[in-house]
Amino acid sequence: MSHALLQLTGVTKTFGGIHALSGMACEVPEGKIVGVIGPNGAGKTTLFNTITGAYRADGGSVTLKGVDITQWPSHRIVREGIARTFQNIRLFGSMTVWEHLLVAQPHNEASWRRLLPVAWVNPAAQARADEVMDFFGLTAFRDRPAKSLPYGIQRKVEMARAVTARPKLLLLDEPVAGMNHDEAEEIRTLMLRLRDTGLSILLIEHDMNFVMRLCDYLYVLDFGVPIAEGTPEQVRADPVVLDAYLGKDD
Amino acid sequence: MLMQQLVNGLTLGAVYTLLALSFSLVMGILGILNLAIAELFMIGGYIGFTLVDSGYPLPVAVLGGLAVAAAIAVVIEKIGYQPLRDAPLVTPMLSTLGFSIILQNIATNIWGSDPLQLSIFGAQYQIGPVSIGEMQLIVLGATVVLVALTAFIVQKTPMGRALRAVAENREVARLLGVSADRLMMMAFILSGALAGVAGVLIALHYGAITPYLGVEIGLKAIAVMVIGGTSQIWGALVAGPLIGIAEVLTVAYGGSQVRDFVVYGFMILILLLRPQGLLGGIRSDQGQRV
Amino acid sequence: MSTYYASLLAESGILLLGALSVYIILATGQLSLGNGAFMGIGAYLSSWLTVTMHMPLTLALVISALVAGLIGAVVAFPALRLKGIYLAMATVGFAEMVRSFFLNFEAMGGSGGFRGMQHISVGTVWLWAGGILIAVMLLERSRVWLEMQAVHDDETAAGLIGLNTTATKISAFAAGAAVAAIAGGLFAHHNVYIEPANFGFERSVDFVLAVILGGSTVAPGSLVGALLLVFLPEVLRPIADWRLAAFGSLLVLVLLVRRQGILDRSLIRALTFRRLAA
Repeated sequence: MSHALLQLTGVTKTFGGIHALSGMACEVPEGKIVGVIGPNGAGKTTLFNTITGAYRADGGSVTLKGVDITQWPSHRIVREGIARTFQNIRLFGSMTVWEHLLVAQPHNEASWRRLLPVAWVNPAAQARADEVMDFFGLTAFRDRPAKSLPYGIQRKVEMARAVTARPKLLLLDEPVAGMNHDEAEEIRTLMLRLRDTGLSILLIEHDMNFVMRLCDYLYVLDFGVPIAEGTPEQVRADPVVLDAYLGKDD
Repeated sequence: MLMQQLVNGLTLGAVYTLLALSFSLVMGILGILNLAIAELFMIGGYIGFTLVDSGYPLPVAVLGGLAVAAAIAVVIEKIGYQPLRDAPLVTPMLSTLGFSIILQNIATNIWGSDPLQLSIFGAQYQIGPVSIGEMQLIVLGATVVLVALTAFIVQKTPMGRALRAVAENREVARLLGVSADRLMMMAFILSGALAGVAGVLIALHYGAITPYLGVEIGLKAIAVMVIGGTSQIWGALVAGPLIGIAEVLTVAYGGSQVRDFVVYGFMILILLLRPQGLLGGIRSDQGQRV
Repeated sequence: MSTYYASLLAESGILLLGALSVYIILATGQLSLGNGAFMGIGAYLSSWLTVTMHMPLTLALVISALVAGLIGAVVAFPALRLKGIYLAMATVGFAEMVRSFFLNFEAMGGSGGFRGMQHISVGTVWLWAGGILIAVMLLERSRVWLEMQAVHDDETAAGLIGLNTTATKISAFAAGAAVAAIAGGLFAHHNVYIEPANFGFERSVDFVLAVILGGSTVAPGSLVGALLLVFLPEVLRPIADWRLAAFGSLLVLVLLVRRQGILDRSLIRALTFRRLAA
């Protein structure tokens, strides 16, 4: 079993009287794709928000490569190597695809150089943006305002933006929601290719077929706790899981 | 001496309360700062002034100021707010800024930029060590009545309920059959009318008026609104006298130049330490982005 | 050039800087209605430095800009928690406090104003104004500006791609304050007389007006706005008494019909394209 990249132990998060997460435990091994599934309201997006520091966990711990990041501010967690996409795509309204990939790059040059025009000083950043655009097949859309592009392309831009800074762990929140079969297949292929480059992925999805054919490991969430976990085959046969999904609107 | 200061402070505070209430109504229901309210206040004052000067009795002057201010509010809502209501909140606010510039210019052209003066309206009474004018009493009384009336309308009447529904969530209100458009217009009219009445009363109380009265008192009224708690009706009633008295005392004991410092300093302190104002209300760190 | 037009030109150069000071802050999604205060700080500080400390103007301007920038950063820090309209109100309050401070600051004249500065020419004003405009235009093509845009468009998402949104917003405020201070210093030395009333709410509103009308998404928009605000009244001479109303109407019109202002990226591209093609 590979060393765990991300580990959650006993994580709780409460809002008023609602326990969004109660003793959440899971781990993402390096270089694997792990899925989180569950009915609506099970706490999946809260889980993501807690990992990335948008919410501060009320209890428990979140560690990345052994380092406790539970109390860290968002931007620090991101710098440490966690990137995410959103359920409802959050792109920057005023930017082109190219600019999205530039702005997401880590600060790998002297501060004062960031004040100078990009074209003058940062060939490395431009090269990386080109590389990512190419990987995702977005080069044709380079100078188009990202928000004017078709839905499927926007999702790819968001993923590309997340990947640009070479994160260790990628959190994908319903990456194929609203997509037709072909588009979803394209995303699936991209995710497998990303995994092959060494990136670990944690994803939330509702599309069971998609998840079953993609993930190395699955957690089933309900009421803020994992009620089952295992490989897709194990989870598919688990009576607890079937019970949780029967009679619930999905 | 102190008592006199307190009375004067209360009167000034009453002015702030009325204007803060106007701002608060629009802020609470529509989420924007209607900067033009300050000029509706000023124009109300001029209308009241002109009517009294021409020999009409006080109630007519008040009605006149109210009507004109409300009418202008309708125009502003139709042209400056309605088309922009789905834009980021600062956009309609800047639009009201545009209107306030226009209104101030119009007033300056009609009435001139020098102060208009009127002899003190009504009798002066002496109660113990305190000298208080008839107009002053009217202002204080009217403020309490208007605040109570506004509170009653907003909290007890069906329209008030509808207004609060729209404030809460425009989409949901629409689904529930509430005509958001008409209610937003109502909010504008109410706050405009309030500002107009306040303008008449204050202009007659001071016995003088300039086109800059709106900005002068308006900005401080916004501070009062923030201090009392935006969209809190009773907050305006509490914060108004508080700031009025603080200002008057500052002038008496510290010199008139420092008073702005004190008033705005208070506002900034509240924004930093207790953003929801003295009496609660919407948290000011959850405003919308530009 | 007649002295009259020279002074108008100087006025537009100073207004350009004021507009840019608002523009820089606006780029991160914050509206400051109080930059008149930073202009005042720059005016008074630089005047004191040249008149009392006999410092050369350039050094005085730089120091004033740095001090104003520092104050801007200090002011911005607590203001971070405020958004939209509340932030705007706080900037108004801050500006009124600064104006009140200078009214009482007898050491520099209080309400009587301050004088004694050496007059500078239009040329000097535009040297600074033009230089800073070019600097901002270069800045617009930088990584830092992209980060500011990201914070403007979606602060949460910006944080989640690793941007320190706090640092970005505070830096923008500080930079805006510094530019406004330079505007103040130039104003003081061109006018050779300053008083607190020069730096009040109306001044802050002028800056915002120039940016919104001229173009709030590109730096040259501030130039268009500044020229518009100063020279349009000349064209509108016959209705001079109504020029404020004209500007108010223009503001409302722009917000209704072309929210980004007169100049925007596509218009610039179109204009430069046509020139290249011709």
